[in-house]
Amino acid sequence: MAEMPDSFLPLPAAAFHILMALAEEDRHGYAIIQDVAARTGGELKLSAGTLYRSIQRMLEQGLIVETDERPDPELDDERRRYYRITALGAAVARAEARRLVELVKLARACGFAPGRA
Amino acid sequence: MRFYRALLHLYPASFRTEYGAEMRAIFARKHREVAGAIGWLWLWIGTLAETSTNAAAVHADILRQDLRVTARGLRRAPGFAFTAIVVLALGVGANTAAFSIADHVLVRPLPFRDPQRLVKLWESVPGYNRLELSPPNFHDWQTMSTSFEGMAAIRGDSVVFLGNPEPERIEGAAVTADLFPLLGAQPVLGRLLAPNDDREAAPGTLVLSEGLWKTRFGGDPMIVGRTVRLDSGLYTVIGVMPGGFHFPSRDAQFWTPMRFAARDFDDRDNNFLQAVARLKPGVSLAAARAEMRLVASQLEREYPKENQHTGANVLLLRDEISEQSRLLLLALCGAALCVLLIACANLANLQIARALMRQKELAVRTALGAGRERLVRQLLTEGLVLTLLGGLLGAILGIFALPELVRLVPDALPVAAAPSLDLRIFALAALLTAATGIGVGVIPAFRVCRRTDLTALHQGARAGGGRTERLRSALVAAEIAATVILLAGSGLFLRALYRLQAVDPGFRSEGVLTLRTALAMPKYEKTASRTTFYRRVLSDVRALPGVSSAAYISFLPLRMRGGVFPVSVAGRVETRSAADSVFLRFITPEYFQTMRIPFLQGRTVSESDSADRRFVAVVSASFVRRYWANQNPLGKHFQFAFHDRQVVGVVGDILTRGLDRSSEPQVYLPYQQAEDGEVVWYAPKDLAVRSSRNPAELVTAIRRIIAQADPEQPVDNVRLLSDIVGAETSPRALQLNVLAAFAALAFLLAAVGIHGVLSFAVSQRAREIGVRVALGARRGAIIAMVLRRGLLVTCAGIVPGLALAYAAARAMQSLLAGINPGDGGTFAAAAALCLIMTLAGSLWPAVRALSVDPITVMRSE
Repeated sequence: MAEMPDSFLPLPAAAFHILMALAEEDRHGYAIIQDVAARTGGELKLSAGTLYRSIQRMLEQGLIVETDERPDPELDDERRRYYRITALGAAVARAEARRLVELVKLARACGFAPGRA
Repeated sequence: MRFYRALLHLYPASFRTEYGAEMRAIFARKHREVAGAIGWLWLWIGTLAETSTNAAAVHADILRQDLRVTARGLRRAPGFAFTAIVVLALGVGANTAAFSIADHVLVRPLPFRDPQRLVKLWESVPGYNRLELSPPNFHDWQTMSTSFEGMAAIRGDSVVFLGNPEPERIEGAAVTADLFPLLGAQPVLGRLLAPNDDREAAPGTLVLSEGLWKTRFGGDPMIVGRTVRLDSGLYTVIGVMPGGFHFPSRDAQFWTPMRFAARDFDDRDNNFLQAVARLKPGVSLAAARAEMRLVASQLEREYPKENQHTGANVLLLRDEISEQSRLLLLALCGAALCVLLIACANLANLQIARALMRQKELAVRTALGAGRERLVRQLLTEGLVLTLLGGLLGAILGIFALPELVRLVPDALPVAAAPSLDLRIFALAALLTAATGIGVGVIPAFRVCRRTDLTALHQGARAGGGRTERLRSALVAAEIAATVILLAGSGLFLRALYRLQAVDPGFRSEGVLTLRTALAMPKYEKTASRTTFYRRVLSDVRALPGVSSAAYISFLPLRMRGGVFPVSVAGRVETRSAADSVFLRFITPEYFQTMRIPFLQGRTVSESDSADRRFVAVVSASFVRRYWANQNPLGKHFQFAFHDRQVVGVVGDILTRGLDRSSEPQVYLPYQQAEDGEVVWYAPKDLAVRSSRNPAELVTAIRRIIAQADPEQPVDNVRLLSDIVGAETSPRALQLNVLAAFAALAFLLAAVGIHGVLSFAVSQRAREIGVRVALGARRGAIIAMVLRRGLLVTCAGIVPGLALAYAAARAMQSLLAGINPGDGGTFAAAAALCLIMTLAGSLWPAVRALSVDPITVMRSE
């Protein structure tokens, strides 16, 4: 059944970050943690529990899938699993971004955020 | 690292299997990266906090998911869901109601201060150990004993409240002033009785129950100090008791001070006092009994004639309820438990079957590493959801059923009729639900969990073979055992009920209307004034259209079970025991005709038997057998109720005390032959009218007649005689209805259960059966195989069931009205019903086994 991206909103912060980390390339768990940390300048360090709990949920929701392809077998560890964003995942991430933009616009109108009102 | 590995066990196993290795790898990396003790400490604190919150969140995720799956599954199988919930609700509801009543009557402390030290005291004479006390004996017991903090006397009393709205007879008690402090009771308004109130000339005072205060006086807050007019004079209301206070029995609505006149202490044979006492701290019941035995024997020596064979009986107040009531309640609880057991066994079986059907899917998931634990959780969730819904519905059912069962609360107990709805009842329902949840959810889950391994993946493996199947059969056997117990129990109760209903009370109750006009004393103390009243009322009633006869009597049989008096016959030594007591009743002419009591010999009571003529008596056949066996009783004399009486007639015996008890002989005296103020308690008050008319119209006409004879005379207890007789068996009939409903439910559930087990076994063995058929096995042999299985399970249930039923019946023998607890017919019928049920339940699976097409089955494998 085709689920509407909007039905997943608002997306938990961890899930949004994971989707962003997977936007460019398939990654394994630890790589996601590192990517999120780098992207946020060390502000957000996902714990292993939060990461895998989110991953389990997102797998069930169909936002990401596990992939069998290994980017570089030389550098890779057999037991690592790689995750890939799905079309639904990308749509949900876009919807969430849109939602946040709308929210910021509203905040700006009230003078809560810098920029044009 | 080992610690982190252990920490991961907080997560569900499925999650751990899936992600544990990677999580450990990440942790190991972080561990390598931190430097110094502080960093190391931070890492651990963070990890601990993170793991516990995330583990809880993962568990919650799974629960949410399981609940969704459960809801979907139950929506897809609404029949199953409905049946399961209803079955559980019936089980939980029946138990909630039964145990609440039992708790209320048997367990909960009575609503008085230190109730375990309250005792009741009775005189005991040979053949009867709950005789009321006479005032002099009460006085002597009170002064001679040292075991008690206090001792109070009570006598049942009923008075007529005159004035608005209309005269009304109300039951209450006359009590000595020390009763309330003894019980530790406090009024909600006003004060209690003070020692001054029971002096002989003190002004009349009255304490009201909350119920009477509200109904008759509209809850008037200024009631204290108000004067009310009773048939026996003017009384001042001095206090109101709280709603939960009932004493000595539930129907007491007011309390007046008991006053003893000097002459009350003259007669040690005038027994009318109930006595209640409080044991001193440190004095045991046994010690008090021993002391009272000494006191009684000392009094017997002092008053050898009056106190002959008179002992003292000390009973805890709580133990006042009869053994029969206790057994009735225990039987009810046992039956309810049987139903719950059957419901649990059945649902556990259904759940196992549902799980086994999914076994291959599960085995695949287990092989993939995630299945087993999720499956167990799924089963548990499903079981618990069903149980919770069933339990909730059951608690509601139970609460609604409670008022139906209050008839099983004995009247004699000083407690409210129905247990109040409080936390105890809900805790009980919750406890029952939890126990059921374990039966329905946990047991199948663990059972299936053990079985789910790779063997199920092997093609054609017989799922559900071996231990699980044995468990399922054992569950069905347990159901059958419980069913046999309920069937046999109901059968015995049914036979007892039939036997009692078939008992001839000695009179014909159909078409007789009865009512009570208890004449006020001292207004009607003179015999002649009563005679005028009776004559006027009776002649007017007899003149009503449709009335064939009407008569007054002291007390109708079964309405009043006591009222015996000692007899002394010339040439016989009088003993003060049941062996020389007979029922005393004053009657007007036409009594035997109205009641259709067979007339055997001589003449009946007539209007000409007046106070100035020779005092005569009509006696019952058993009276003649006791005193003048094989002689002509007519013309014989005996000393009875303060006068010499001559026998002029003999009538048939009636059962005065109850249908399931033997009664003493009866003596009927003409209503005019009592001296003024003598035995006025026995003055005729019950009116019996035999007529062919609609009772409702008749009552209106009779009420008008009585109001004309005496406008202040209340009429109460209007009942059909057949209802009075029916009430004898109605607690039993109710008990039987409950038990029979339980048994029918159990029967149905067990039938479903055995059918389920057999058809599942057949479907699981389809391949084996197919092979056998292909190899040329005769169809008869296949049917026999299926039936043999069913019979085996049934017998495994019937045999222990019969043994348990016999044990239960032995324990309840006193309820069986003389039916043998091992009654062969009943037990055979119960066993036969179960066998028939098994055969019927096995028939369809057996036919299905036959229709198995070997080719199809083997191809499908």
